Amino acid sequence: MKKTTTYAAGILEAYEYLLSNHKEFFIIGQGLWSPWYVGATMTDLDKKYGKDRVIDCPISELATTGATVGASICGYKPMIVHPRVDFMLLAVDQIVTQAAKWRHMFGGNSSAPATFRAIINRGGEQGAQHSQSLHSWFAHIPGLKVVMPYTAKDARDLMISSVLSNDPVLFIDDRWLYEKEEDYTEIELIDLKDVKPRKLRNGNDVTVVGLSYTSFLCEKACQSIEISHKITSDFFDIRVLNPLKIDEILDSVQKTGRLLVVDGDWKSCGMASEIITSVLEKIDIKSLKNSPKRITLPDSPAPTSKVLEEQYYIKVSDITDALVQITN
Amino acid sequence: MNQKVSELTDPLKFRNKINIDGIETSLLIDMLRKMILIRKAEEKLSEHVESGKIKCPCHLGIGQEAIGVAVALVMRKTDKAFGAHRSHAHFLALNEDTYSLFAEVLGKYDGCSHGMGGSMHIVDNDNGFTGSVPIVGATIPIATGAALAAKMDKVGNIAISFFGDGSCEEGVFHESLNMASIMNLPVLYICENNLFASHLHIDLRQPSNSTSRFAEAHQISNVTVDGNDVVGMYKLLNLEILEVRNNRPFYMEAYTYRWKGHVGHRDDIDVGVKRGDQLEAWKERDPIKRLFEAMKDKGVYTENEYQLLLSEIDEKVNNDWAKAELAEFPEQEFLTKPVYSN
Repeated sequence: MKKTTTYAAGILEAYEYLLSNHKEFFIIGQGLWSPWYVGATMTDLDKKYGKDRVIDCPISELATTGATVGASICGYKPMIVHPRVDFMLLAVDQIVTQAAKWRHMFGGNSSAPATFRAIINRGGEQGAQHSQSLHSWFAHIPGLKVVMPYTAKDARDLMISSVLSNDPVLFIDDRWLYEKEEDYTEIELIDLKDVKPRKLRNGNDVTVVGLSYTSFLCEKACQSIEISHKITSDFFDIRVLNPLKIDEILDSVQKTGRLLVVDGDWKSCGMASEIITSVLEKIDIKSLKNSPKRITLPDSPAPTSKVLEEQYYIKVSDITDALVQITN
Repeated sequence: MNQKVSELTDPLKFRNKINIDGIETSLLIDMLRKMILIRKAEEKLSEHVESGKIKCPCHLGIGQEAIGVAVALVMRKTDKAFGAHRSHAHFLALNEDTYSLFAEVLGKYDGCSHGMGGSMHIVDNDNGFTGSVPIVGATIPIATGAALAAKMDKVGNIAISFFGDGSCEEGVFHESLNMASIMNLPVLYICENNLFASHLHIDLRQPSNSTSRFAEAHQISNVTVDGNDVVGMYKLLNLEILEVRNNRPFYMEAYTYRWKGHVGHRDDIDVGVKRGDQLEAWKERDPIKRLFEAMKDKGVYTENEYQLLLSEIDEKVNNDWAKAELAEFPEQEFLTKPVYSN
């Protein structure tokens, strides 16, 4: 029987690998000694590796993030875990103004290679302050790498790459992916600088780009539209939002003449606009057969009522509808 | 050891020469030389802020030299000190490298941050100065994390966090002290209380002018001292640091006064309540004069030796400034080179 794994198990495996093989790695965050905030991604790490390397901490997002930055400046490869993106916003100074700039403003004579892990908790009637993603805010910042895995393999391998990177990294995982199952593969060590968008489907009619949870939706939509409408897609999962690499996507759009980007965050100044603009700047506009399209969240904070949630979050049918439209 | 806050904030008090008993002459000369070097380096910076050669914001600490020097003399090179916007003294006390500071302030590649930091972002890892930044309070949690790293290293190193009284109004200061206390971190918090945050006197910002009350609230051992007495602080820290190396945080509040305004070369006597009335009085609590007078009085240093020291330092500062003016700027491609490690 084939061995399988899940996204959450991938993250847990990354932690076990890092704690076993890298003594300079440690984790700090709220709730780590009873990690029910983080699904099955950190179960029993404190018991296996000790409370001095898996550190539960006071309710002080800014100071604990700053302490992570400080330890990273002193030779450690630490990670702070923020069980929700929303709470991490209390620590933005340390992420954006300290860690991201530390190497540059000291002329390369110092660096702050901390990893900030933040988790997106969509849905569940959690409302406006327990569900934000905001990855495009952070992808705006030079010096801060932003990683958002979609596959279980990437959740594991890119977490290892993020921690071992010599730059500060924001690693954002999505709870809606935790149960996603796939075939198990061995750990692949890869330098974060070499990570490019991963092509997960080959086709000729349209180029589709997703990231994190929207890659899950895109993959389903591409499958279903191929069966129902014989529309074939080149589908890419972005993986690293900053620095953004689009060379393969450019080649694909030149070929298909159509581009659809699906981003599970708000539209204005978002990742979808960044990807579309980066492509449009570099391709021959005459190769386009239709205007590029983006699917994003509506311009509203997340609602709590489940009826409105149903309307708020992107569905596979939104993507299949857009695929039919763009290929018409 | 605690001195009375009401006296520490009164510039008519603590004017006399300091007590230098029990300290070797060579160490006293070391203290004197470091303080004069810092004073003269900052006077040089002040001169060239005024001349227009320096464009970056320079927050001068003339009058506050004793604190950085006392701390530097109890530090190991493997300890990690972090500063803030007014940190030239902390840097120079550890390395006396006026050339690398001047070159940095002029935006030259030879500067301690290769010209990318200016006055507000200075670093010297080899001598334990691990970085300064101008976001108020920002290095307090970073130093606290450096202390966590030092505790994990288990070789008795410590972190030092320099900040001003204004930082104590930032929330992260409280978060950090709480964390250091509950986690038993080897961190030395040094509050340089110069009574002003930018233009505003502490009496208009806090219900008390004693910031060590915050250390008390977080159950961190603390002391309140004359920040213009280099020997007094040195003796105290030399003892307390042993406990810090044993994973116990410590908080020292050192009262002092800056002779210049918040930023730049001006005295800013017209800025803020009390400053105009008190600046001249505070200059009588000069940390350099009080040390030299004590040394002269005790017969361990003569006026001639002092004059010779002053001219030696003048020469060094002038030479380093001239050399820094001639140094090269960073190459154009250096703008984006240090953004990422690879």
